[in-house]
Amino acid sequence: MNATPPVELWSHFIRSPLLGLALTLSAYLAGVWLFKRSGQKPYLNPILVAIVLIAVLLWATDTPYQDYFDGAQFIHFLLGPATVALAVPLHAYWRRLREMALPLVVGLFAGSATAAFSAMGIAKLFGASPETVFSLGPKSVTTPIAMGVAEQIGGIPSLTAVFVIITGIIGAFGAPPFFRLLRIDHHPTRGFAIGLAAHGLGTARAFLVSEEMGAFSALGMGLNGVLTAVLLPVLFSLLH
Amino acid sequence: MLNTLALLLLYQLGGELVARFFGLPIPGPVIGMTLLLLTLLARGQVSHDTRTNVGAFLQHMSLFFVPAGVGVMVHLHRVANEWLPIVISLVVSTFAGMAVTAWVIRALSPTKHTPSKEEARR
Repeated sequence: MNATPPVELWSHFIRSPLLGLALTLSAYLAGVWLFKRSGQKPYLNPILVAIVLIAVLLWATDTPYQDYFDGAQFIHFLLGPATVALAVPLHAYWRRLREMALPLVVGLFAGSATAAFSAMGIAKLFGASPETVFSLGPKSVTTPIAMGVAEQIGGIPSLTAVFVIITGIIGAFGAPPFFRLLRIDHHPTRGFAIGLAAHGLGTARAFLVSEEMGAFSALGMGLNGVLTAVLLPVLFSLLH
Repeated sequence: MLNTLALLLLYQLGGELVARFFGLPIPGPVIGMTLLLLTLLARGQVSHDTRTNVGAFLQHMSLFFVPAGVGVMVHLHRVANEWLPIVISLVVSTFAGMAVTAWVIRALSPTKHTPSKEEARR
């Protein structure tokens, strides 16, 4: 009896959910382990490590991204229910959120505009191509909204998804030292700003600090998502 | 755990239906989150189990971003060609967005912040 050659085995398994799921989960756990071992160095964060590990493996085995994603999409899908789940901490801190309604709303408009327009302005200034510039516009908001907006304003949705995740990594792991530098300790303020600028990845990190910070982050993320979805395409059609 | 998962999926489904039906530019899960929040506010309380399960689920939320993040390999060529504007734009705009938001909130908050329980504990 002949054994199946390893190459054929690989191409059979990489499309199956089993390998996509096992690979994603173990790469992430390896990232978590490394992050803890390194004393929580921001550049060795679990998401970045997992992405690099998987991308290198796919590249070395000549596996198309789509084949991997066919299996890993079940993990990707959980972003949906996780977004819905944010309603629970929002509810728990609803009273505090209402007390701060006015500062939060003004902060939302100011921060949202700053993030979107500084991203596009700086990229343009440094000579990025128009598609790259437009793909950067919605990068602070949650992936599905950002991809939809990118399509409407002339960006590349899948490129935007990449920018969204890099933004999330920068925000999630850069925020703690950054806020120490700015001397902002107030958890609700920190949380709202993180969620606004760094969506779900920022929010996931905020929850690890405190549930209160997480709830405010969830609110910042949700509100900026809605504002960006509604306003950015309108502003763009006015400019053109 | 199953109750919680079913609850989340049903609200997501509800959100998707609302988004499709009204042709909204907002994704189903965001609408589902709003619908669930309204339900919880109307009911006034959340079961202990739901809170625990949701907490455990959200703890691992960053894992769910990994499959989309691996998509960077598709755009490696463009990212390598334009890495300087991309890196500066992403870093500066993310920190600028956070700083402006936090400064505005602090400037408009009426009273000096009293540290919350969690902050005091640190």
